[in-house]
Amino acid sequence: MNLMPLLLIIPLAWALISLLAPRLPIGLLAIVGMLIQLFASAMLWFSVHVNGPESYAIGDWMAPLGITLIADGLTATLLAMTALIAIICAFYALFYLRQYPREQRFFWPLFWFLLAALNGIWLAADLFNLYVGLELLTLAAVGMVALTADKQALAAGLRYLYAALLGSLAYLLGVALLYGAYGTLSLGQLSNMLEPNITTQVALGLMTLGLLMKSAVFPLHTWLPPAHGGALAPVSALLSALVVKASFYILARLWLQAGFDIMPVSAAQLLGLMGAGAIVWGGWQAMRQSDIKMLVAYSTVAQLGYLMLLFPLAIGVSAISATLAWQGTMFHLLSHGFAKAAMFLSVGTLVLAVGKKGLDDMAGISRQLPLSLFAFGLSAISIMGLPPSGGFNAKWLLLQSAISSGQWHWMIVLVLGGLLTAGYVFRVFRISFVDGPPTDIKPTPLPLELSALLLAVIAIGLGFVSSWPLASMSVTELLPGGSL
Amino acid sequence: MMSTDLWFAVVGALIIAMALFTFIRHTHLLRRILAFNIMGSGVFLIMVGLAQHDQQTDPVPQALVLTGIVVAVSATALALIIFRRFYKASGQTQLDEDTEQ
Amino acid sequence: MSFWLPLLVLATSLVAAIGIFMIPENRHAVRGTFNLTAALIKIALIIWILIGVIQQQTFETRFTLIGDIDFILRADALSLLFAGLSSILWLCTTVYAMGYLNKAPHRSRFFGFFSLCVASTMGIAMAGNLFTFLIFFEMLTLSTYPLVVHKGTPEALRAGRKYLIYTLSGGAVLLIGIAMLHGLIGSFEFAETGVLSDVAIEQHPLLVFIFAVLILGVAVKAAIVPLHGWLPSAMVAPAPVSALLHAVAVVKAGAFGVVRIVHNVYGIEFAQALGVLLPLAIIASVTIIWGSIQALRQSEIKKRLAFSTVSQVSYIILGITLFGPIGTIGGLVHLLHQGITKVTLFFCAGIFAETLGAHKIKELNGVGRRMPLTSVCFTLGALSMIGIPPLAGFISKWYLGWGAMEAGMSWVILVLLASSALNSAYFLPVIYRLWFLPAPATWPDEKIPFRRMETNPWLLWPTIVTATFTVGAGVLAASPLSPLSWSALIAVREYLP
Repeated sequence: MNLMPLLLIIPLAWALISLLAPRLPIGLLAIVGMLIQLFASAMLWFSVHVNGPESYAIGDWMAPLGITLIADGLTATLLAMTALIAIICAFYALFYLRQYPREQRFFWPLFWFLLAALNGIWLAADLFNLYVGLELLTLAAVGMVALTADKQALAAGLRYLYAALLGSLAYLLGVALLYGAYGTLSLGQLSNMLEPNITTQVALGLMTLGLLMKSAVFPLHTWLPPAHGGALAPVSALLSALVVKASFYILARLWLQAGFDIMPVSAAQLLGLMGAGAIVWGGWQAMRQSDIKMLVAYSTVAQLGYLMLLFPLAIGVSAISATLAWQGTMFHLLSHGFAKAAMFLSVGTLVLAVGKKGLDDMAGISRQLPLSLFAFGLSAISIMGLPPSGGFNAKWLLLQSAISSGQWHWMIVLVLGGLLTAGYVFRVFRISFVDGPPTDIKPTPLPLELSALLLAVIAIGLGFVSSWPLASMSVTELLPGGSL
Repeated sequence: MMSTDLWFAVVGALIIAMALFTFIRHTHLLRRILAFNIMGSGVFLIMVGLAQHDQQTDPVPQALVLTGIVVAVSATALALIIFRRFYKASGQTQLDEDTEQ
Repeated sequence: MSFWLPLLVLATSLVAAIGIFMIPENRHAVRGTFNLTAALIKIALIIWILIGVIQQQTFETRFTLIGDIDFILRADALSLLFAGLSSILWLCTTVYAMGYLNKAPHRSRFFGFFSLCVASTMGIAMAGNLFTFLIFFEMLTLSTYPLVVHKGTPEALRAGRKYLIYTLSGGAVLLIGIAMLHGLIGSFEFAETGVLSDVAIEQHPLLVFIFAVLILGVAVKAAIVPLHGWLPSAMVAPAPVSALLHAVAVVKAGAFGVVRIVHNVYGIEFAQALGVLLPLAIIASVTIIWGSIQALRQSEIKKRLAFSTVSQVSYIILGITLFGPIGTIGGLVHLLHQGITKVTLFFCAGIFAETLGAHKIKELNGVGRRMPLTSVCFTLGALSMIGIPPLAGFISKWYLGWGAMEAGMSWVILVLLASSALNSAYFLPVIYRLWFLPAPATWPDEKIPFRRMETNPWLLWPTIVTATFTVGAGVLAASPLSPLSWSALIAVREYLP
């Protein structure tokens, strides 16, 4: 039996159940569904690890009209990460949403649509399915942001929706141009056919612009902080850990599999520059926020910047440097996913307990919620890139790549970015040492704290077992251009 | 004499440009939704034009446009719902950041 | 077993830390027992390894971390020097801290991070390559921050921030250095005579640059002037923290890093050939003199001790830079001697503050009669720092001076003399006040809950023990298990046969 369609069918089926039968205990059902999903993802990961990449044509329709799914090592790893983060977020939401009975009704269907879209994007092998996946993802994510239906949430949702739609159209236009020129949408076929002419460059440029918009890369990031900072805690965690990564993933595949010798090296350097801008600006803004969730949201802006360093580090350099950059970036994507989800969940617990979002309101909370602060601390280690943690290993690989290709400037960006990160996360650590006046703190269920802790422990643990995901990510023979 | 697909492309590009201008220029949320739809039509026009390649019609762009329209309709619906709720909650037709400018 | 032992040594403190975090705040007896048991087990394990190392056994834990880089914990003679010091002082400081923090809040947090801090130190001691070293070096930064800001006062938080800015920047620079070195020669491990001697000659300028970067990275923790600013500020921490930070964990981690870089990465002969030792010697000398002068200007006991640390830690670095086995012995033996001596002095300072409320030097008048045992310990520590025979400090200075002559750097003798004179100038007046000036009518904030003892016995006993070490290390220097003999064993192995 092929597992790939199952990974799409499960979330869609569960989405329908949650939508049509809201009287069922959909939260508990979701956990069951997620367990199946996690199991299927793990099986697929294992199978790809042993047998190499797999592909599957839905309904036996061949491209270009049919939909082909491809699972290589990277895809399988991303699927497993998605399932793992999502199940922990779902578990968290199960308890967290007790405070929000009305939102609960809509959270679960959206959650499952979001998951279906993510899995669809990881598995898609052609540009148009990626578009459909992106759109479904956007609609589900916007719905989740606007869930609380107060003025701020709605405004944030609208802002997010407009930015994302604009991005999608740019992307779609690029896809149209590519199809017009080459008559195919398959990423694998395109990677062998693309020629460096003006149409291709305009098409790739448009697609890049659209994807940058959707990934909230500086200076197109302004929609992200209100959306991620204002949403409910499990939503913020899913958005920051997974959703923004989807569009980046497409961008990375586009550039490194198809467009690596189409676009000028200076364009790659420009993307890196945007990343550096994100690191500095995001870090600086995070340091200035008084709202703890906004601090974490700006941290996401900054961390997305590291991902952008992939382009200058992997394009126009030796194969060894490019491989290191690719590994480092994907590992950063992985560890940031776990760490940022942990961060948002732990901060969500703090906000829920205190009832306020201000950083200064948290004084004296260390006695009531030590585990949440501990989870925040562990995830912060990974976010700062301090050893031992997944974040550190990613940074190390990127540093090695920068050194081996002689690009010292990116090395300095990497190291300074880490220090800047320390600047804002320690603002949160600080509060655990201040004995504030005893505020009335609501008791919170222990599972909330434990789920954040589990994610944080995984983020740290990635620092010790990095050889597994790295080995698995290197399984990519199926796609012709994918020599990386 | 212009070939058909180029003709489609030029008109499509023109529509996109006009819509984009509106999207950026106007802060009224409803206008932006409209602008987005028109922009979408421009993109679809280009795609349909490409389908006219070499005498016979290529079915793929047609299928894509069809899917694209479905997506655009759902996005518009979602935008309208959120806009209505936003209008009810705040009485505004613009986002706060845009009004200040 | 030889695979698991280094990991077990690390685990004793790590497990202790996790356990302590979980023990409820008010279960003091349980926590104390748990903590002391862990400390004793650690000492037992260290002794086990020590015996093995003497019999030429190797103890190594190794697994692949990322790409071609291994995580290596290895117990060699040099790691045991540092690990032994840490484990013994961990025991003493834990006992002391239990007395010191009696009735204070947040004890779980304090002891938890304290154990974590010792675990990091153990990791630094046993790291088998620079990568592993870096892991624990950064872990040390993170685990000491909560101890510096423990009191939660604005002053403590400010000091904590300063501490972080310094040490995290240091860590970042170290990371750059390690990454560059790795990019140049691939993965490498610490070796007794260095690993870089076969790098092509064109790369030598780059190697010199990397050396500077690496030293800059560890110099922050070693409090080398002008990167020492965090240390006096960090004095706001509770006394056991100052004792542990200054005598063992942080500054020693920095100094130990210098030892590892010079001896086990570059190799002392190669470093000499590159010509990087002399600049380092000059920087160390400047730090020695500058620290002593600053110490002289302080009126608070702990601040004076802090600047004294700045100065004394650079003795270690100075010893390393003196080319030749004798200088190396001087540097290594000072790593131990300074540790036990400075811990004694900080313990005494803590006792003065806790029992009498005396924080300033002028408040120490006549304390000798009120608290004779503590004052004797303080006097012994101070005399050892000055270098009066037969105390531990004398042995260090003797070997440093001898090493300087051997290395043909006789100007170092002048530095040592000047520093000793300054040491006397800032320690002798304190001793004079303790014993010869009349006591004031009332102390600033005297507590008299201890009937026959001069102070809380939990504070006094560890102090007496470390003071005894100070005497013992000097008097018994010739015995086979003394710090001196052990350092000599290491030094002989570091030079090419």
